Amino acid sequence: MRVVAAMSGGVDSAVAAARMLDAGHEVVGVHLALSQNAATLRESARGCCTIEDAGDARRVADMLGIPFYVWDMAARFKVDVVEDFIAEYSAGRTPNPCLRCNERIKFAALLNKAVALGFEAVATGHYAQIVETASGARELHRAVDMFKDQSYVLGVLDEDQLARSFFPLGDTAKPQIREEAAARGFYVAAKPDSHDICFIPDGDTRTWLTARLGEQPGRIVDADGATVGGHAGAYAFTVGQRRGLHLGQPAAGGEPRYVVEVQRSTNTVVVGTAELLGVDVLTGDHARWCGPPPEGVVSVGAQVRAHGEEVPARAWADGARVEVRLERRIRGVAPGQSVVLYDGTRVVGSATIAKATLSRPSGAWIGSPA
Amino acid sequence: MRDSFVYLDHAATTPMRPEAIQAMTAQMAVIGNASSLHTSGRVGRRVVEESRETIAQALGARPSEVLFTSGGTESDNLAIKGTFWARRDADPRRVRLLVSTVEHHAVMDCVDFLEAHEGAKVSWLEVDHLGRVHPETVRMAIEADPESVALVSVMWANNEVGTVQPIAEIAAVAHEFDIPVHSDAVQAAGQIEVDFARSGLDLMSVTGHKVGGPQGVGALLARRDATLVPLTHGGGQERQIRSGTLDVPAIRGFAVALSCATANLAVEAERLVALRDKLIRGAQDAGFGIRVSGDWEPGDGGRRLPGNAHLLVPGCDGDSLLYLLDAAGVECSTGSACQAGVPQPSHVLLAMGMPEHQARGALRLTLGHTSTEVDVDAFLVALPAAVERAQRAQVATSTQVATSARDTSKEKTR
Repeated sequence: MRVVAAMSGGVDSAVAAARMLDAGHEVVGVHLALSQNAATLRESARGCCTIEDAGDARRVADMLGIPFYVWDMAARFKVDVVEDFIAEYSAGRTPNPCLRCNERIKFAALLNKAVALGFEAVATGHYAQIVETASGARELHRAVDMFKDQSYVLGVLDEDQLARSFFPLGDTAKPQIREEAAARGFYVAAKPDSHDICFIPDGDTRTWLTARLGEQPGRIVDADGATVGGHAGAYAFTVGQRRGLHLGQPAAGGEPRYVVEVQRSTNTVVVGTAELLGVDVLTGDHARWCGPPPEGVVSVGAQVRAHGEEVPARAWADGARVEVRLERRIRGVAPGQSVVLYDGTRVVGSATIAKATLSRPSGAWIGSPA
Repeated sequence: MRDSFVYLDHAATTPMRPEAIQAMTAQMAVIGNASSLHTSGRVGRRVVEESRETIAQALGARPSEVLFTSGGTESDNLAIKGTFWARRDADPRRVRLLVSTVEHHAVMDCVDFLEAHEGAKVSWLEVDHLGRVHPETVRMAIEADPESVALVSVMWANNEVGTVQPIAEIAAVAHEFDIPVHSDAVQAAGQIEVDFARSGLDLMSVTGHKVGGPQGVGALLARRDATLVPLTHGGGQERQIRSGTLDVPAIRGFAVALSCATANLAVEAERLVALRDKLIRGAQDAGFGIRVSGDWEPGDGGRRLPGNAHLLVPGCDGDSLLYLLDAAGVECSTGSACQAGVPQPSHVLLAMGMPEHQARGALRLTLGHTSTEVDVDAFLVALPAAVERAQRAQVATSTQVATSARDTSKEKTR
């Protein structure tokens, strides 16, 4: 099969490309240039998409003896990922840009271009597994290495995208991947993992957002509406956040206070005790299914952040809308986060959380499920 | 696979001529620092000076006007920074640089640097739709304030679209005002007749690997009255202007290659013009609305470099075409500068007034001393399938198109 190996310059995608070649595929390495100013050298261990990363990817491709190209998707990335990220925060939500990038760049713009150029699939260094069923359908599953499992950020891929995707690392633990990279002679074998958000190299999301959205001073209030502090822009706060509130005095009961709500219409941040963070009903939109959409109410495991725990739940889908009822409360769920649903190790699909609430004992499902 | 590839990127670098390889490798076995005073040193010095004479003769210069450098970029930097600093030192009013908008980055970025860090003022000389600077444009730019001009720099021939500039006329205009003129002749030397003395230029950059010599060696031709502040300080080689131990084998290879290239220039140019015309006509006849950019007149090798074909393919990204042709064994270029391997829209095409979407489909094919009709035919055979695919790929990645893989399969069956 003719396959594009997406090569970030890191150790994982290097080994993924090597494994595709070993499996007998015809592999071409492609590095995506996603930064508008690719001229920057590495700013920190967190940065990616720098000239140095492109060079690292190129060296691995040389060692594998495969052709290598850089594809410029910076304009697309800016619109679909970076601007979406800013707009989401601006609207008081907390997006996960990695999911957007997978949905719209790696397994859309890149995949579509590859297919148009005559390739049949894209391989990446994500830790996840594709399991082919007896009927030939391709299911997305968690990686064997639960610490590295990245199925969460792939929960946006649909059947057609999965049909053209390979994740050659899903059956191996990360330390073995590093060993394998070293054994193959890749000098990126010891390169640090990338963390956080690639387009915010220093990891300081609040400062980065402030530079783009400007200061918007507003109030921090408690659950009763009393002003307890001020802020420079409600967009920079996330439900569940405890640090960086700079509240003058502690709560009456002395308990720590968290952001429990970000009200963008009034530019107000609401704080309260951990108690107020608990939710067990998630209403999501922008549903994406990794296979046939579930019918009726289904039992699933729900995960709301990349390396968060999975909570047993029941879910019901209605078109692009999904309602998830968790069997127990979880804390710190912000609108904009994605909820990914699992059936065992299989990824069922995902939705973007629009609302996270606490159920009332007799609460009815949205719509009218059977 | 590698033995059947078609190389159509001679403007990037051209294969070393066998004569140059032989001369250079032979020299590599001979010890000698050209600055040493003993016998071995004198042997090295003699090779350098003979090479200097060969190069001077091939380019219509005096041997003492040839300063060896590491290549075109260093020659451009030395010419521009060196002259800027020297002329400003002599008269602090001279801070203005007159530079064409279609220069190579070795000139443009050098000028940008001087503007950002050294107080230079840049007057960009605009080009017409063929990429040509008119002498009157230079005159007007100078006349705005003649006393303030440090240097005029206009390339001899453009590396992307092959347009040859009226260098002698430009130099004549500048000299009316006693302003020195530099030209980057990296693409022109060895392809068309380049005569330093007759051009009237004060400074001219050339490089080894575009004429069939080795990479990493070049020269700045500088009139003896040209004043240059050195960029590198040290042993005082090359008229105290360019310190650093001379690369004797590379210099020898460069000289031999340039001498081969110029010895047979007229005949070779005619041969390349015929191949180039066949390539352009064939591409135009392929039925995709492919156009040629720059100044193309069939049979002419004076207004456009004989080996340069620059095509605009509608509805394609140049980098997709490049990949597809590479996969089909044809090596060419999008012609524009790269950042981290990413082709940017060409500043040359934009300067010629081309809209960005059109500039994205640029493909540069450049012929050289090893090119034959077989190469042109192979390219013309590979072109249609590559264009069809590249056009589909642009549709697939255009921002207006929905994003699932399903949409692509629909695209394919349409």
